[in-house]
Amino acid sequence: MRWGLAMDLKERVERCLGSDALSITEYRGDITVEVPRRRIIMVLKKLREASDLEFDFLTDLFGVDNLDLYKKKKKKKGKEEEAEKEAQEPTPPRFEVNYLLQSLKSNERLRVKIQVPEDDLEVESATVLWKAADWPERECFDMFGIRFKGHYNLKRLLMWDEFPDHPLRKDYPLEGKGEERHFHVSEF
Amino acid sequence: MVQEPNGPVVSGSGDYVSINIGPSHPAMHGTLRVIAQTDGETVIKADPEIGYLHRGVEKLGENLTYHQFIPITDRLNYCSAITNNVSYEKAVEKLMGIEVPVKAQLVRIIMMELARIADHQVCVGILGVDLGAFTPFFYQIIQREEIYEVFEWYNGARLTNTFGRIGGLDADLPEKFAEKWPGLKDGIRRANDEMDKLLTHNRIWMDRTIGVNPFSPEDALAWGFTGPCLRACGVKRDMRKNEPYYLYDQFDFDVPTGKHGDVFDRYMVRLKEMEESIKIIDQAYKMYLDMPEDAPLKAKVPKIIKPPAGEVYSAIESPNGELGFFIKSDGSDKPYRIKIRPPCYMIYQAFPEMVQGEMIADLIACLSSLNIIAGELDR
Repeated sequence: MRWGLAMDLKERVERCLGSDALSITEYRGDITVEVPRRRIIMVLKKLREASDLEFDFLTDLFGVDNLDLYKKKKKKKGKEEEAEKEAQEPTPPRFEVNYLLQSLKSNERLRVKIQVPEDDLEVESATVLWKAADWPERECFDMFGIRFKGHYNLKRLLMWDEFPDHPLRKDYPLEGKGEERHFHVSEF
Repeated sequence: MVQEPNGPVVSGSGDYVSINIGPSHPAMHGTLRVIAQTDGETVIKADPEIGYLHRGVEKLGENLTYHQFIPITDRLNYCSAITNNVSYEKAVEKLMGIEVPVKAQLVRIIMMELARIADHQVCVGILGVDLGAFTPFFYQIIQREEIYEVFEWYNGARLTNTFGRIGGLDADLPEKFAEKWPGLKDGIRRANDEMDKLLTHNRIWMDRTIGVNPFSPEDALAWGFTGPCLRACGVKRDMRKNEPYYLYDQFDFDVPTGKHGDVFDRYMVRLKEMEESIKIIDQAYKMYLDMPEDAPLKAKVPKIIKPPAGEVYSAIESPNGELGFFIKSDGSDKPYRIKIRPPCYMIYQAFPEMVQGEMIADLIACLSSLNIIAGELDR
């Protein structure tokens, strides 16, 4: 029953988004749809307004850094193939932003994913659709450095304002870079 | 002067006075800081600053194995650590495609509901303390100690119970639970009755809570509210009913709701929810007793957990609302990315909108009734 419903949702999402859906995958009952980065607000609006989907509740929004994932893949390939071939391959976008949506009517869940390349870290802000995107977007900016265009108060959330780095990036060491030694209290 | 409700407080604007409340203030629950701009005693704008308890839990998770992360989840919502443990374990189990044995599910439900009661007891007790009613707090905290006794029997820990294992449980419900539960149940009900008598129809209490920080259901949903704070606004949503996990669809219980989403409604919803939790434990314990003695408590799980590459999101209804874990695996023995979706994170971001135009004393009441736990807010 549950799996049947999930299949149905997949088709409905595909029908709703058309060419905007780059890929729709299902894993353990979770549906993920990947969409182009520049169309994200349009897509979220479509998903919210389609009468057979109505994804009107934003559960969460967060970033993922895929740097290590690609490194590992390259290492594996390196054993099998020549190193030159790899250099020619275009590197996939480093970051991704996930939107967890839920429909209040049918209780279905959907994950919308966009890829964000390292050289252009800008995404349209979802705060125009949901107020709930406020802090998650600030945290995403804080932790990964992804800037959300149109956010009215995009500043660091969990780290202090003068913090120079983005700690959840994979190239940031677990023990930090010693920022706490240069910490100074800003005037209130 | 009109200011954006959620923008930063601009110091030195107009005749308003900026007041710094917290982070070290007894009413700010540990580490919360609010910079409030005030006109007399009215809050014109409040700007919460969080991150004082940020420990990098998500980064830590990427560097620990799947089992090593369970004790870290204790430190999220430390008032109900068991719910955090179960939520994380459930996410990893979903990632690996493991079905937990029925007996383990029942024990998990019993312990989670006990944790829910303990969490609500702290919340309503502290709400009273913050508003000047000290006595009911003791009635509640005495009963919470009794609940912690059950937790202590289970594995020795009272507050940060590293409960369960991935795939099930390592130990059965303590044997003494059978004789403890009837007395514990009566105790919880008695404490709630006493609190009800002392507070609910108390003139001062009603003046301080009814109509304070009302929130509309539309706003609450737009801000991503879940749990008792959403139900207090009149939206009947509970993951245990809407998306039943484990055996919750077999139990008979109500989802109490409020009407106006004010401090009083949040208090009442929590008070009523404790009664519903008692009902669930009664039914779950009855089912548990019907199970054969040697029923398995743990599914077959490899010693070193290496889930296949993939990503899942799994959530449960924690005492504060939807507590979810997003886990991305790259096939190794450590999670590639863990994202925790804490319920009070979403609730607290609406705080400026809730307290705008209220008194400073109501700001404290509002904060207390939302049950913001810094541990899961800052992670």
